[in-house]
Amino acid sequence: MSEQKIIEIEVLRYNPETDQEPHLELFKVPFTDDMSVLQGAQYIKDNFDGSLTFRWSCRMAICGSCGMMINGIPKLSCETFLRDYYPNRIRIEAMSNFPIEKDLVVDLSGFIEKLESIKPYIIPREPRTLEQGEYIQSPEEFNKYIQFTSCINCTLCYAACPQVGLNPDFIGPGAMALLHRYNMDSRDGGAAQRMELVASEEGVYNCSAVAYCSEVCPKHVDPASAVNINKANAAKDYFLRFLSPKGGSK
Amino acid sequence: MEIFKADVVIVGGGGAGLRAAIAVAESDPSLTIALVSKVYPMRSHTVAAEGGAAGVKKPTDNLDYHFHDTVGGGDWLCEQDVVEYFVKQAPVELTQLEHWGCPWSRTEDGHVNVRAFGGMKIERTWFAADKSGFHILHTLFQTSIKYPSIKRFDEHFCIDLLEEDGRCQGIVAIAMGTGELMMIEGKSVIIATGGAGRVFRESTLGGIVTGDGMALAYRHGVALRDMEFVQYHPTCMPITGLLFTEACRGEGGYLVNKDGYRYLQDYGLGPLQDQPKNKYMELGPRDRLSQAFWYEQQKGRTIEHPILGSVVHLDLRHLGEARLRERLPLIYEMAETFMGIDPAKEMIPVRAGVHYTMGGIKVDGKCAASLPGLYAIGECSSVGIHGANRLGSNSLTEIVVFGKLAGDEAANYVKSVAPGNSASLLKQAEAIEQRVTALKTKTGGTERISVIRKEMAKSMEDGCGIFRKEESMQATCDKLAELRERFKNINLDDKSSVWNTDWLMAIELDYQLDVAQTMAHSAINRKESRGAHQRLDGPDEAYKQRDDVNFLKHSEAYYVPGSAPRIAFGDVKITKSQPEVRVYGAAGEKADAERKASHV
Repeated sequence: MSEQKIIEIEVLRYNPETDQEPHLELFKVPFTDDMSVLQGAQYIKDNFDGSLTFRWSCRMAICGSCGMMINGIPKLSCETFLRDYYPNRIRIEAMSNFPIEKDLVVDLSGFIEKLESIKPYIIPREPRTLEQGEYIQSPEEFNKYIQFTSCINCTLCYAACPQVGLNPDFIGPGAMALLHRYNMDSRDGGAAQRMELVASEEGVYNCSAVAYCSEVCPKHVDPASAVNINKANAAKDYFLRFLSPKGGSK
Repeated sequence: MEIFKADVVIVGGGGAGLRAAIAVAESDPSLTIALVSKVYPMRSHTVAAEGGAAGVKKPTDNLDYHFHDTVGGGDWLCEQDVVEYFVKQAPVELTQLEHWGCPWSRTEDGHVNVRAFGGMKIERTWFAADKSGFHILHTLFQTSIKYPSIKRFDEHFCIDLLEEDGRCQGIVAIAMGTGELMMIEGKSVIIATGGAGRVFRESTLGGIVTGDGMALAYRHGVALRDMEFVQYHPTCMPITGLLFTEACRGEGGYLVNKDGYRYLQDYGLGPLQDQPKNKYMELGPRDRLSQAFWYEQQKGRTIEHPILGSVVHLDLRHLGEARLRERLPLIYEMAETFMGIDPAKEMIPVRAGVHYTMGGIKVDGKCAASLPGLYAIGECSSVGIHGANRLGSNSLTEIVVFGKLAGDEAANYVKSVAPGNSASLLKQAEAIEQRVTALKTKTGGTERISVIRKEMAKSMEDGCGIFRKEESMQATCDKLAELRERFKNINLDDKSSVWNTDWLMAIELDYQLDVAQTMAHSAINRKESRGAHQRLDGPDEAYKQRDDVNFLKHSEAYYVPGSAPRIAFGDVKITKSQPEVRVYGAAGEKADAERKASHV
């Protein structure tokens, strides 16, 4: 192991059963250069205070569990390293724009409801039996949606989004990127069903085009572009409604 | 206590659990499904699977080839009738995932592409770049939202099964957000909780992989089968154990030692090939590659890194940045982020780490356990397709093939079953609540759970690693017995109700200790070497050999309250492949040719 140093980690603590409001607690954590912020939190839990509460699992930035504010920026703690902050103090807090349940654990039920609301599944354009084999998708068709399949639902983009902070009902960047993913898939014919939501009060018009969501996205999904493409689509849809009795989308 | 009444309760929301839930919902929309998971389903460890899912795809391939690769790869400890079913359903279920939107990587003409994988004779691994498990899991989770009969209990932690009138009738769970207990009644219960590899120290696995379902079934008298077979994956990140997929080698990566020598040619996998050749060199099976790593270490031919320890190098440089970015984007990012290495320019230090539990809850070919009403699927189960060594990319296929089957079977079963006696089930649930709450509220203990967990993991690595000896396995068995005692004396820092992860991790540790004991005791009782279980001892080192006379058998570990497990042995189902010498490389090709000639 490399040389052991001590880093100060300040953690925003909150236990709803005993605390009136969240407060900071300081821990001095021995660390090596290979250790992530998540490993720092685990060290505290294992050695100093077993009541420190946070979500984690895969340790490799794919399960999406371990998002938190690290010195005020939403990040996955498993792929953020203590060495990059040392010798300064590091502060970890629950993700912004979500109610805190305990310590670093936030209430994600609102996000899950949004995700469920966008019909995140293939609504077949042309149904196909298993005997007929797979759908054929050209590289062009594939490239239209593949980027938007990479979202790991870590919700860092929600913690970053100023509009989610102002209007908690805003469907938000991550779910909108997923909606766009299905709309862009050549196997799918459900765009019209999803368009109502896109143009609704919870929809894309909430976005103020800050694009901080794309900046913090650990998987380069670029939810901001998904939102903005849909702003254009929703506008087009709105105007086409005057021309076509069934609305613009098909 | 809150009560929910379901027809089918599924514990575990990974790929297997979700596939089963969808199968029940499609089979009969009037059935209520409770899908219980200790994490949001898309966090389940299916998410971290990288390489792909095996299913016959190419016109030059056939089901028989997939069957023989799997049975030989498992060192003939597979249930061959189950493997036959598995290879037949594999392409159907992988196509079903495609219809549900899984973004499988494709060929230029728009068809699903397949890649080479270790121990597979022909390319048949369907892949979604190197995030196959991630895409399968999200596809299944998102598709499951379509079915109103699937009621999810996210972040609910299962603490026991309810058993009455000789059958399984539901579960008790902790709602993690409040700490309150609830009873979920069900006419049948499907366990889909994944593996148990976190009982070891250096592993590829997420923190949630703690063998919960295995321990639950075991405590209810169901056998855990073939638990001594724990897969070491040959290419893991040192210290963390994070996985560099076998697809690195499927795409043409090399493994070299400190002399830059492709050492696998010395271990029955050669001769050296310029181009990747199936079942040769780096495309050999995982057990053989991990064992070769161990031998290189013994010979002093590994690289001794000051921080990382003994490593070999995974060389991807010749594949070039463009191909790596297209086929192995996650690997590229992981090497950059976690190790500061550009794999197009530098070699990646790797070592073997624990990856997969071949054994699990003993079930029949229809996923049914010995306790009526109870089913098990995926890594927590032993349906019999992996034998003594799983081939890479068979397990992602397993979760959908047997997830579907168990869902159909459970849906059918519940129609013939009368509703349970709620009052008496509730009584049981309340007793369980008392027991589990006592663990949290008790005072005066002196042991920290993190200390016990670390000692367990170290001991498992010492005694049940890639190579094993009686003496070290006995030391592990003794250590686990000691830890079982010390566990009674734990003290938790957190006594609260809301999100008490200290408490949950203590319950997980309790599961882990049980599962670890089944592994160590099964291992010490198998006096031979087969697949992932390799011994170096015995009279005249006899246990270094496979012994079909005495050990062409499944081990079965049975729960004995307050004691070590009782180990028994059961028969292996052989249909069309009699055990042969297990060979790869040129020797394997020769054996294949001879088998073909003798069949003509």
